Amino acid sequence: MAVKKQINTAETEARIDTLTLPQAGWSAASRADAQARLRAMGMPGRRDEYWKFTRPDALVQATAATAEVVNNDEAPLMDGQPCLRAVFVDGVFDADASDDLALEGVEISRLADTSADIHWAQSLHGTLETAGQTPVARPLAALVTAYATDGLLIRVTGNPSKPVNVIYNRTSDNADVMLHHVIKLEQGASLTLLESGPAAARLGTVMEVDVADTAAFHHVRTQGRDHQRVAATHVFARLGTESTFKSFTLTANGKLTRNECVLELTGDDAVAHVAGACVGDGDFHHDDTVFVTHDAVNCESRQVFKKVLRNGATGVFQGKILVKAGAQKTDGYQISQSLLLDGDSQFLAKPELEIYADDVACSHGSTSGAIDEEALFYLRSRGVPEEAATNLLTLAFLAEAVQEIENEDLRADIETRMSGWLERHRS
Amino acid sequence: MLKINNLHVQLEEEDKQILKGVNLEVEPGKVHAIMGPNGSGKSTLSYVLAGRPGYEVTEGTAHLGDVDLLDIEPEERAAAGLFLAFQYPVEIPGVGNMTFLRTAVNAQRKARGEEEMSAAEFLKVIREKAKTLKIDADMLKRPVNVGFSGGEKKRNEILQMAMLEPKMCILDETDSGLDVDAMKLVSEGVNALRDEGRGFLVITHYQRLLDHIKPDVVHIMADGRIIKTGGPELALEVENNGYADILSEVV
Repeated sequence: MAVKKQINTAETEARIDTLTLPQAGWSAASRADAQARLRAMGMPGRRDEYWKFTRPDALVQATAATAEVVNNDEAPLMDGQPCLRAVFVDGVFDADASDDLALEGVEISRLADTSADIHWAQSLHGTLETAGQTPVARPLAALVTAYATDGLLIRVTGNPSKPVNVIYNRTSDNADVMLHHVIKLEQGASLTLLESGPAAARLGTVMEVDVADTAAFHHVRTQGRDHQRVAATHVFARLGTESTFKSFTLTANGKLTRNECVLELTGDDAVAHVAGACVGDGDFHHDDTVFVTHDAVNCESRQVFKKVLRNGATGVFQGKILVKAGAQKTDGYQISQSLLLDGDSQFLAKPELEIYADDVACSHGSTSGAIDEEALFYLRSRGVPEEAATNLLTLAFLAEAVQEIENEDLRADIETRMSGWLERHRS
Repeated sequence: MLKINNLHVQLEEEDKQILKGVNLEVEPGKVHAIMGPNGSGKSTLSYVLAGRPGYEVTEGTAHLGDVDLLDIEPEERAAAGLFLAFQYPVEIPGVGNMTFLRTAVNAQRKARGEEEMSAAEFLKVIREKAKTLKIDADMLKRPVNVGFSGGEKKRNEILQMAMLEPKMCILDETDSGLDVDAMKLVSEGVNALRDEGRGFLVITHYQRLLDHIKPDVVHIMADGRIIKTGGPELALEVENNGYADILSEVV
């Protein structure tokens, strides 16, 4: 583990100087703790081992760079299909644009609503993030816990009939947004959560998900067409016995995106899948940083990440599986692959396994490659033009990640978006 | 139909001449076979005609009808009516066989300015053709050639040929890796496509395939040239005596 020699106090203070720490309400104490955590860790710097492949500057600097609002001509996920829509505009919940937040089996409130006294959220807020700070510090997550201005608090007690669909819209070139969603699935409950849309010029998020025994959480998100976006997102999940957690992210465009996912399997027979597909062209830096801890018997985890890069785009994958002593019969799988469509793009990968149990099956692989020339010629010899053939092979490359989405309609939606991106970004 | 004139080809990456002046003409409705020892340039000829990268034509021409094949991209050659059944069909994980075929059929139609085939019509046609080749629904759904046996891959090539309805079919060692039953099935598939407007060039090592797909003309290729041309009896001669006699005749 990297030892941090120096705390970036000046940067940290500069970053939080203009922010206000809410003093009132049920989250005040947790936020104060987070602020203290952040000060103790300091903002990430270029010398941090965990930020070796991704320069955190744009995320750390005191004010966000302006990022032009892109007309959101990309429809939200599952547009027009039954779901409960929760709309945020420039990081603020928009009740008028949203559906009534009432759905059988789910209680939803807003983080910004400090008048309520929400006991379950109070006992969860910041706890998974705190747990996720060891063994690797994630100061940008603590920043969000301390200062997030809005977000959803979702408690799931049953099996709601439709997904909760979080839609992010933007109107401001300068929106510098921090959102914190806190989600608790009670025993046997299930929820599908969708996220899509351009959220902000700079976005920081934390999503804490507590998945109780036999509960199931499905998460699909798209990070779309806002080219100048910088974002650091964090998902922290804790899995109980026989529970399921599945998360998929499609990232297209965006100047800098760091998606951290920290999963802890604490109950036996739990299943956690995290997958991502990204397509990047030009000024694009995309970083998937995943940490999966197995701390129970007979659990399964899968990490499947695919990146298509061209025109100098950069992809990063830092993925770790930690199998604690006693976590026998662990089945861990990790694959990260990049398809480099030209010689200018790069993929940087750091796959890690750390295993303290002796009866486990863990595998990991990482590859970088170009389009398969044999396959390309085969397709062309059948009359498929070069560009269409390249697109077909590119989608085929991404397919393993997309297959991780269980819902067929969502899968089709994601495939359509990927094809659309390829159509727009002709070589 | 297919007219090859004095074709010279070398590998792009090394200065090695493989074809040293091939002359060949296949008329519509005819089946021509090319036989020859290993390394004589048979597969290179098929690849060069289909437009595979890595070869350099240093001299000569190849036309399909009025179309100068060597001047256009592989997909344009396909749209012009050329089809190569690969000796080693390529596996393409992640691309469904059906998607692949429909994309190919419609790309060719589009290139020729024809109307695209509807999903329903395509399904009807492919089911019919797949049935005669004993290709089941599962094989149509699976990724292209992935996990297919040798015989299944070759049958899949013939299915593609049947769907694309090319003018000129080149079969590169379609019999390799096939058992007797599979060879019969594949041959029946090819024979079903024989008609007076379509030419075939069948590349093979063995006479056996030619028992099923009866050739009109047989060529013997050696050292990058066609050294002898005759009727079906030439294939029998090779089968009985090997290539040595023919080679020594020429030299």
